Amino acid sequence: MKPTRLLWTPALAFWWRDVIRFLRQRNRIIGALATPLVFWLLVGSGFGPSFRNPGALTSAAATGSYLAYFFPGTLVLIMLFTAIFSTISVIEDRREGFLQGALVAPLSPAAIPLGKFLGGTTLAVLQAALFCVLAPLAGLPIGWHQAALLLPALVFVGFAMTGMGFLVAWPMDSTQGFHAIMNIFLMPLWMMSGALFPMPAGTGWLYWAGALNPVSYGVTAIRSSFAATSGTALPTGYLTGLVVTALFAAVMFVISVSLVAKRSKRN
Amino acid sequence: MSESKTHAIVISDLVKSFGERRALDGISLEVHRGELFCLLGPNGGGKSTLFRILATLSLPDSGTAKIAGHDVISAAAEVRARLGVVFQSPSLDGKLTILENLRCGGALYGLTGTELESRIIEATKALNLTDRLNDIVETLSGGLQRRAEIAKCLLIRPEVLLLDEPSTGLDPGARLDLWASLEKLRSEHGVTALCTTHLMEEAARADRVGIVSSGKLVALGTPDELTAAIGGDVISLGASKETGADQLAKLITSKTGIPATVVEGEVRIEHVEAYALAARLAGEFPKEITSLRIARPTLEDVFIARTGRLFADQDLEPDMNAPVKKKKH
Repeated sequence: MKPTRLLWTPALAFWWRDVIRFLRQRNRIIGALATPLVFWLLVGSGFGPSFRNPGALTSAAATGSYLAYFFPGTLVLIMLFTAIFSTISVIEDRREGFLQGALVAPLSPAAIPLGKFLGGTTLAVLQAALFCVLAPLAGLPIGWHQAALLLPALVFVGFAMTGMGFLVAWPMDSTQGFHAIMNIFLMPLWMMSGALFPMPAGTGWLYWAGALNPVSYGVTAIRSSFAATSGTALPTGYLTGLVVTALFAAVMFVISVSLVAKRSKRN
Repeated sequence: MSESKTHAIVISDLVKSFGERRALDGISLEVHRGELFCLLGPNGGGKSTLFRILATLSLPDSGTAKIAGHDVISAAAEVRARLGVVFQSPSLDGKLTILENLRCGGALYGLTGTELESRIIEATKALNLTDRLNDIVETLSGGLQRRAEIAKCLLIRPEVLLLDEPSTGLDPGARLDLWASLEKLRSEHGVTALCTTHLMEEAARADRVGIVSSGKLVALGTPDELTAAIGGDVISLGASKETGADQLAKLITSKTGIPATVVEGEVRIEHVEAYALAARLAGEFPKEITSLRIARPTLEDVFIARTGRLFADQDLEPDMNAPVKKKKH
């Protein structure tokens, strides 16, 4: 018999399991939505009066209000939180839970990452989409044109965020370690992405921190989606943002698969 | 008949070290097809390391192991397709129902559709779980969870079932239940099972037992063979403070010529005519002996006889209600 290395059936099972688990844990839905919502309202309202939008960065979507500026960043934060919640479980799961069984099944090394990436992406996109209902409150238009551009942007950002979470979680022994990495690595990536404040142009370190930060491109893709019009032309920055985010997501996936393959070669 | 037809598991000369510590020190053994085999040993004795190697989760430093004729090192995928593994900590998702867990578990082996559904019915029937399929796993008792876990493993119709301390966390009733299930699987489905345990009474129910201590196989045989090899019953003597156990053992050996050993502060003698000998010793050393006990040999006595140590010496038996400790290998 040829050795089997299953990919899609197990990956879809992981995906389905993640979705069911999520729906049965209401506190996770609240945790991933409420924190960024409160953050958006408080920070957005607090900074609002003193905020001067440089305009060039936000193109036509800019209505000038900080709540509007901060909205795409909040969407990315929601996705980051959802991705973290859905990948942090990998740490315990692999050693003392469901994933133990996956490690002794004849799986392709891509099966576990694929399932987890799909699961995390689905949940992140669903939560972000739910939050988009509030876009009109921020003065941002949300119709078919915007949605058509937003959806692929959210999917790639979700995939990339889950990828970052998975890469951090997989080699970890404890969830404490995950929190440390989240605070010193994932959150700064988000802050330096133009999500919270416009990244300055020029050659300063902040400019480079933004330009080299893959999360910036996701924020740009999402932000520019709100500037979609009925015309055929894509908003400035959208395509670059989307392509870079897609590439980043692909890189996250490839590294994850190689990590799992390394692990499955055993110690 | 070829080896793979008669032997489900063939282990030869497995060695595995973690730094300075030799967890496995050249273990060799064979498990026959259709056998319920118990690997008995104290915690830290090496059985979990052996389990992880057989489950294709860890590689040995040297030696080989074959399951259903396939090498666990070079043909892990073939081994995995034939192997059901029940882990010490649950591998079911507590938030899902038994049925959902079984569907997910089957999908890991590429099972889908009507084939999967019919195997779920078959496996849950074998373990009397048919009416619990829609229960959320975390609401079930430990015993039911363990049975559901085994049902998940049966979906792939494994040739070999590996179980790591399957009765950990189960109350005595659930343990009996678990063993009844394993015996039924063996007799009705011809499943070969290798199970690690640190519980003597559990090992006593197996067809054959391998006792592992300090990474070595110190005894191998049926429970009856092993206890019969002790050569009679076991006398345990308590020594007075003035004499001390060591002195009492020397006195007895010099006077009777019968070997006496000291284990955990007690003098221990194995003898075919234990009752007569006990009466004689009590008469000859009335002051030196403070307590006297005669017992049929158990697997614990086999362990003591082969290692010169009490079973519990290596590690205390873990608290059954405590959460499972995280292990690093």
